[in-house]
Amino acid sequence: MLIAEHISHTYPNGVEALRQFSLQLSAGQFMAIVGPSGCGKSTLLRVLAGLLRPTSGKVWLAGEPVTQPSPRIGMMFQDAALLPWRTVAQNIRLPLELGWRGNAHFSVEELIQLVGLRGFEHAYPRELSGGMAQRVSLARALITRPPVLLLDEPFGALDAMTRENLTAALEGILRATQTTAVMVTHSIAEAVFLADQVVVSSPRPGRPLGIVRVTLPRPRHWGMESWPEFGHLVGQVRALLAQPLVEPARVN
Amino acid sequence: MFVFTNRIRIRDDGQASSSRPVLLAGRMLERFAPLLSLSLFIGVWHWLSLRYPPFILPGPGSVAQRFLEKIADGSLPFHALVTLSEALPGLLLGTLAAFALGIPISRSRLADRLLSPFIVASQGVPFIAVAPLLFIWFGNGPLTKVLVCALVVFFPIVINVIAGLRSAPQTLRDLFRALNATPAQTFMKLELPAALPFIFAGLRVGGTLSMVGAIAGEFLSADRGLGFLINLGNSFYDTPLVIVGVLTIVGLALSVYGAIRLAERALRVERWAA
Repeated sequence: MLIAEHISHTYPNGVEALRQFSLQLSAGQFMAIVGPSGCGKSTLLRVLAGLLRPTSGKVWLAGEPVTQPSPRIGMMFQDAALLPWRTVAQNIRLPLELGWRGNAHFSVEELIQLVGLRGFEHAYPRELSGGMAQRVSLARALITRPPVLLLDEPFGALDAMTRENLTAALEGILRATQTTAVMVTHSIAEAVFLADQVVVSSPRPGRPLGIVRVTLPRPRHWGMESWPEFGHLVGQVRALLAQPLVEPARVN
Repeated sequence: MFVFTNRIRIRDDGQASSSRPVLLAGRMLERFAPLLSLSLFIGVWHWLSLRYPPFILPGPGSVAQRFLEKIADGSLPFHALVTLSEALPGLLLGTLAAFALGIPISRSRLADRLLSPFIVASQGVPFIAVAPLLFIWFGNGPLTKVLVCALVVFFPIVINVIAGLRSAPQTLRDLFRALNATPAQTFMKLELPAALPFIFAGLRVGGTLSMVGAIAGEFLSADRGLGFLINLGNSFYDTPLVIVGVLTIVGLALSVYGAIRLAERALRVERWAA
């Protein structure tokens, strides 16, 4: 479904963000990418979204190369990125107004129901809490029914309670809409809770150190956090993050 | 500062009944403060006018009388309309020019490098010294005064147009790119609405300055307008008339400011500041 092949990216200022990052994801799967700050996770997501052309490597979506942003890929940012002069409903409708050609989209009402914002259709972003704003952002990302959703630390700026509620809601929504998703996060528990596979990235330049496959049943709930299996998976991810880095041998 | 913190404390517990009269008096004072300062101003003016001959400082009474006379004979509304008919087209022209230059500058580094020196220079030009040039080139009809106005209002508006159009945060720009928006859509649905609070701030300054520009033009050469009226009063030692002219200009400038503020409210621009 979504394949990234040997993605490397070096910024014009010489910072090497990614080195030979490859990943593969089948339809309907959830992949979480965890890694230390500044490991190029967000760069990787921007490459997958077609917002950034990598120095080398290719991204494929359903057999077609991704070279520019496409309505087949939805995106959710750490900041809810809502337009402050538009109501909730108008913000959700935005992608339909911008060059999106197609009719297999959700209705705004369906999405408001789905993300649990009934009654707030006409509210303005400044009247919403951080968690509600992210729900709007999620609804906006889903309105075109994109087969793939990319999430860039979408709950990073929220308090712990709101995060738990939202991750549980997100899990249900993605299952209901059968969306394939890639999420970048700092939270190992969140990654294990949501994902089918957790990719652990090295510090910059980011490259995959290993993959932990999550076999917890769905639907998931936070009660699972006390399951031994959950703890074991978290431990596996931590072990990968903690392993000493060995620089690949250089040939002169 | 003290009064303010005091007030908050009283509001919070709601029990400090002994302070209520003080609070009430404070609120009354706040509400009627503008009226109070105006009365004080007129009182001091009146007191001072008793000490000087009327051609140096006429009292508020004689100025008011002159004001009513000039309204009754229709000359004050006439001259005020002339001045407005120079200032408002000048404001419009200056605003159009500010958009015509501000949009390319906000979008392209090359345009910025090419045009910015001229824009900064336009602010450095002493317009009172350049106005005679405009009279030589364009004659002493209303067009020249409109141009002087446009020159005066241009700078504060263009600076705000540029800052406003650049004000949309990077995440929102990424969002529009991720949604495949065309440059025109990004402009209409993101950059322009985000710029509106800035643009209105520029218009408020420009609107008041447009009156200054019109008067400056009329001072140099005119046979009508409030600037002409003030000049006329000056040459006949008709000091009440001069003061009537000045106060009318202030009134017009406040009205233009108020009208722009009303338009801003009608468009709900307050919402637009993220």
